[in-house]
Amino acid sequence: MSYDAIVIGAGMSGLAAGIRLAMFDKKVVILEKHNVPGGLNSYYQRRNFDTPGIRQFDVGLHALTNFIKKGEKGKPFSKLLKQLRLSYDEFHLMPQSYSKILFPDVELKFSNDFELLATEVHKKFPREKDNFVKLVERVRSFDELDLSLGYTSSREILKTIIKDELLIEMLLCPLLIYGSAWEDDMDFAQFVIMFKSLYFEGFSRPEGGVRTIISLLLQKYQEVGGELRLRTAVSEILTKDRTVVGVVAGGAELHAPIVLSSMGLPETFRLTPALAEAKTPAIGSMTFLESIFVFDRKIPREINDSTIIFYNDSKTYSYRPAREYFDPHSAVVCFPDTYELDKRDGEGVARITYMANYDQWRSLSRDDYAAKKEAVADSGLALVKNLTKGFDGKLLFKDTFTPATIERYTWHLNGTVYGSTEKVRDGRTPIANLFIIGTDQGFLGIVGAILSGVSMANLHGLMGGEA
Amino acid sequence: MTGSNVRQIVIDIISDIAPDEDVTSLDDNKSLREQLDLDSMDFLDIVMELRKRHKVEVPQEDYPKLATLQSCVSYLSPKFA
Repeated sequence: MSYDAIVIGAGMSGLAAGIRLAMFDKKVVILEKHNVPGGLNSYYQRRNFDTPGIRQFDVGLHALTNFIKKGEKGKPFSKLLKQLRLSYDEFHLMPQSYSKILFPDVELKFSNDFELLATEVHKKFPREKDNFVKLVERVRSFDELDLSLGYTSSREILKTIIKDELLIEMLLCPLLIYGSAWEDDMDFAQFVIMFKSLYFEGFSRPEGGVRTIISLLLQKYQEVGGELRLRTAVSEILTKDRTVVGVVAGGAELHAPIVLSSMGLPETFRLTPALAEAKTPAIGSMTFLESIFVFDRKIPREINDSTIIFYNDSKTYSYRPAREYFDPHSAVVCFPDTYELDKRDGEGVARITYMANYDQWRSLSRDDYAAKKEAVADSGLALVKNLTKGFDGKLLFKDTFTPATIERYTWHLNGTVYGSTEKVRDGRTPIANLFIIGTDQGFLGIVGAILSGVSMANLHGLMGGEA
Repeated sequence: MTGSNVRQIVIDIISDIAPDEDVTSLDDNKSLREQLDLDSMDFLDIVMELRKRHKVEVPQEDYPKLATLQSCVSYLSPKFA
């Protein structure tokens, strides 16, 4: 079979790239190993053991970053809408109430109105008032989309602007855990992307969760004539004279003059025999686990009305793989019900994410693995209860996924979530016409992944060496 | 094809790419970017749509020639001839 372009992976970036190419009459196929699309932002279902029926759960998406109001222009989300020719209303975005960064003795609230965070910083760190304004100016004027940028440490830059270390830690906490492939630090361009996405623009959730986004993308991809093959693993990337010529997928050769891979940079290298001699890119170490709890009723607004709580139990934020299975000192707790404050009936949900340790989860026997999952869930439930004191809802269901689960369903080596610490901003690899899209290209979050697919398809598939 | 036909072709494409923009009162001599919320990604789409709908090719080095409606008409008209 011959195509104009092959896209590996039906996650957010792969679907977006596929749409752009097919929209302009390229014959495109997306190859996805899993039996559902979505990649790191997907969903699953579990049969209820208490009542008839099934419950559906999102994985990945706590929040869609880069919130805009209808009609706002020149923002990442509005670019995404235009490039994919989707309408704002189709996403049915429900804005967050507010979120907070919760450290011992001090908390910072932020919402989709940046003024809230600015006021909080002024109130709680009065001596940093002017410095924070300087930081905001620096972020505002930085061109994070410049594809030629190299790595610059965010901490180094922050230290030159902000004097109070606690404020640096608190500002970094959500930005690191929502996107950094690096331990304890992140590239300044990525810091800027995240600062704008979370603090300037904010959070929302599409009604129906991640499935709403995936089905919009799938529908558009079909509309423009793209082909999607699920349960189709790519086992080799074929090259001739260091130029890509196609892939082996599901045992058959598929040919195309351009291949866009969203499977990750080291993962892509591993499947390319022509790169066997090349230095393998670093596999990122940041991986997570998450527990989800379903209660028989919603958590009353008076008890908790913040959408996401970035919790840390000391003054220093340690962002690195957990020493022991998971790090109980820090967590992200998401209360998805707070997105729809007016709907007060139905079940209540809490999700809690911890930094984890891949090697330890992988080395457990089957029985120990199950026991360890229980222990994590107990710890998570205790924290949820602590954050919702006075709530006496009955726990109906709980489930936990670990780094081993992530690896099993996404095939990202070591269950890494934010990919390699080596990002390829222009998407190029040592193999001509083999390009990287998605997390390892360097844009973050769902909106970032979609824009990564769009911009790499534009640059290499539509503008570049005419395929 | 007349200049006003070419002008309409460009306007039609812009209103499909950026449905929220008001294209009824554009100044032909002012840059499109100044008057509308268009970025380089949108200009790529104008070029791609010209190719898809009208088989007109605009090489990358000529993208600046699409800066105003007037320059679009002067540059594209010979290609539609």
